[in-house]
Amino acid sequence: MKYKSQKVAYWAFALSMLLIILQITYGFIQAFAHLGYDGLHEWIPFNTSMAVHKNLLVVWILSGFMGAAYYIIPDESDNELFMPILAYIQLGALAVVGVIAVAGFHFNWWEGRKFLEIPRELDFLVVVDVLLFLFVILMTLWKGKQRTTTAMILSVGLLAAALLYLPGMIWFDNHALDSFFRWWVVHLWVEGVWELIMGGILAYLLIKLTGVDREVIEKWLYVIVGLTFLSGILGTGHHYYYTGAPSYWLIVGGIFSALEPLAFMGMALFAINMYNKGEKRHPNKTAVKWTLGTAIVSFAGAGLLGLAHTIPQVNLYTHGTFVTAMHGHLAFWGAYGMIVFAIITYVMPNVTGRKIYNNALGNYAFWISLIGMLGMVSAFAAMGVTQVNLERRLGLDFMTVQQELHPHFWVLVITASIFTVGILLYVWNFMKYGLPTDEAIGMEDEFRTI
Amino acid sequence: MLSKKQALLFFLGGTILFSIIFIAMSIDTVSKGIPAHTHEENMTAQVIHGRVLWDENNCMGCHTLMGEGAYYAPELTKVYDRVGPDVMKAILTSKVPWAPHGRKMVAYGFSNEDAEGLIAFLKWVGEIDLNGYPATPPLKNRLK
Ligand code: HEM
Ligand code: HEM
Ligand SMILES: [Fe+2]
Repeated sequence: MKYKSQKVAYWAFALSMLLIILQITYGFIQAFAHLGYDGLHEWIPFNTSMAVHKNLLVVWILSGFMGAAYYIIPDESDNELFMPILAYIQLGALAVVGVIAVAGFHFNWWEGRKFLEIPRELDFLVVVDVLLFLFVILMTLWKGKQRTTTAMILSVGLLAAALLYLPGMIWFDNHALDSFFRWWVVHLWVEGVWELIMGGILAYLLIKLTGVDREVIEKWLYVIVGLTFLSGILGTGHHYYYTGAPSYWLIVGGIFSALEPLAFMGMALFAINMYNKGEKRHPNKTAVKWTLGTAIVSFAGAGLLGLAHTIPQVNLYTHGTFVTAMHGHLAFWGAYGMIVFAIITYVMPNVTGRKIYNNALGNYAFWISLIGMLGMVSAFAAMGVTQVNLERRLGLDFMTVQQELHPHFWVLVITASIFTVGILLYVWNFMKYGLPTDEAIGMEDEFRTI
Repeated sequence: MLSKKQALLFFLGGTILFSIIFIAMSIDTVSKGIPAHTHEENMTAQVIHGRVLWDENNCMGCHTLMGEGAYYAPELTKVYDRVGPDVMKAILTSKVPWAPHGRKMVAYGFSNEDAEGLIAFLKWVGEIDLNGYPATPPLKNRLK
């Protein structure tokens, strides 16, 4: 690292590691509940485990994004972080709000709004916390010696993500209106501004790891995020087909959401091409794996598996089935889980000074988690197809069909265990680096290719 | 070849253009489309009471409604037509977990008034024009 204050990234990443383990734990509780082992029902009913599973997911990814920004922005703008103490406070507060929210989910303190279950009272704390984060980032950028495209795209993405949280905080008496604006948050995050954040981190990693000229990388970054918004904004319509909105969304949402995979394809081609072009002198080969991995798996999970059910005629039958869960897992993991793991893998040696670059443990963690996740997605796919055919096309009763899904749930439990082994190996490797230290300053200068 | 500046213009131009279209469509949907499709005039105080309970108890954490939610418990969009108000009331006021197939629902033990609110809410949802969702199972009548 170049600057002392970049060390704060470590703590954001450590929070991510802790929360993903908790997230997965609740995933198993859900899978076993589906199989009929619901011994925890009294204390952790399914809606509690579901809310915890999804909210921890969002929080660990956001914490990963924050860590990424705390590392990347000082580096790109050539400047210490502005008032790093605020960054530590902000992360601590995020952890506290997260704990309160998750605890509240166990005591019926929540809102029944998928992905936005955090109660409004806590939403305000979230907003204050995010404002603090943005203040540190934007001031750093403002005071910096330079403003690179990569840093700008990343910051605009973070700022827009914060703004888009607001429409989700308005109360509507009409349930369909509530749903309408919920997608302004959820969809315009994952298929909009989060892609900017992902693109920014990806571009940074490619610049560092491949040594390809920054101008070339940043030009293609613009094209990719351009494609994202061109398709993704009107693509929001794919959530408005069957939720009480007018039918023009079927045409508009259908066409534009079907174009969304282009941005993810762009991301994959971009990463592969830059990798092939580059000199690849950087020793952190594991970070290269995660970087190419996220670009390719996000295309598969978000792009292809999204396309699989985004056409209205298909979505009519798959809407709200395990087909959605299949897509949700690979898209979230490929795009946002793996990009966070990529930046962590890149940053760890640089902030701790321990040159663990290409060890067996790190590489096993990559492959085992990937194989486990692909297995899980296959299990969800089998459930989804079975459910759609039996329930939606043949008209069998919901619970009758659920019982037919048990074999696939066992496959889910087995493959999720493989995934979990991969994650645990990753966390173990993370701990092997030890704590961040000032001695690591200037360490990676030897690989500076530009 | 495309220059970086042209790439930036492509990004800005596309984003601005499609944001404007999106916002214009959203205004139409919010001000006219959704009120008409949902028959907002039928949204009585009782319906809203049910809507609040639906939200406070995170029913969507197990069920889907209009296809949105979790996949643990049955889709409820047409539940009013499917099971009717009497059974619904029995489920909602029950003090032991409702579990006709072994899978448990939380035993809410709602008061009469709360249960009636939820029933009114679900009846109202069932009347929303959802552009053909849920579809009639196309292969149902082929079963012998
Ligand atoms: C990284 C990007 C993406 C992520 C993280 C993501 C994640 C998700 C999640 C979690 C859901 C379930 C939402 C809910 O029911 O509450 C969902 C739904 C959906 N996604 Fe994505 N998605 C991404 C990209 C895409 C793309 C590019 C497409 C289209 C090509 C797409 C098409 C859909 C559709 C059609 C649904 C609705 C499913 C239904 O009707 O139940 N997604 N997505
Ligand atoms: C051990 C690992 C995991 C297991 C066993 C697991 C299991 C599950 C189960 C059973 C559901 C509920 C489906 C339902 O009934 O509604 C679910 C939902 C979900 N999980 Fe996981 N999960 C795991 C890991 C993950 C990871 C790593 C991610 C993200 C990167 C993730 C993202 C999601 C999302 C977005 C949903 C909501 C999907 C939807 O409603 O369409 N899960 N998970
Ligand atoms: Fe979407």
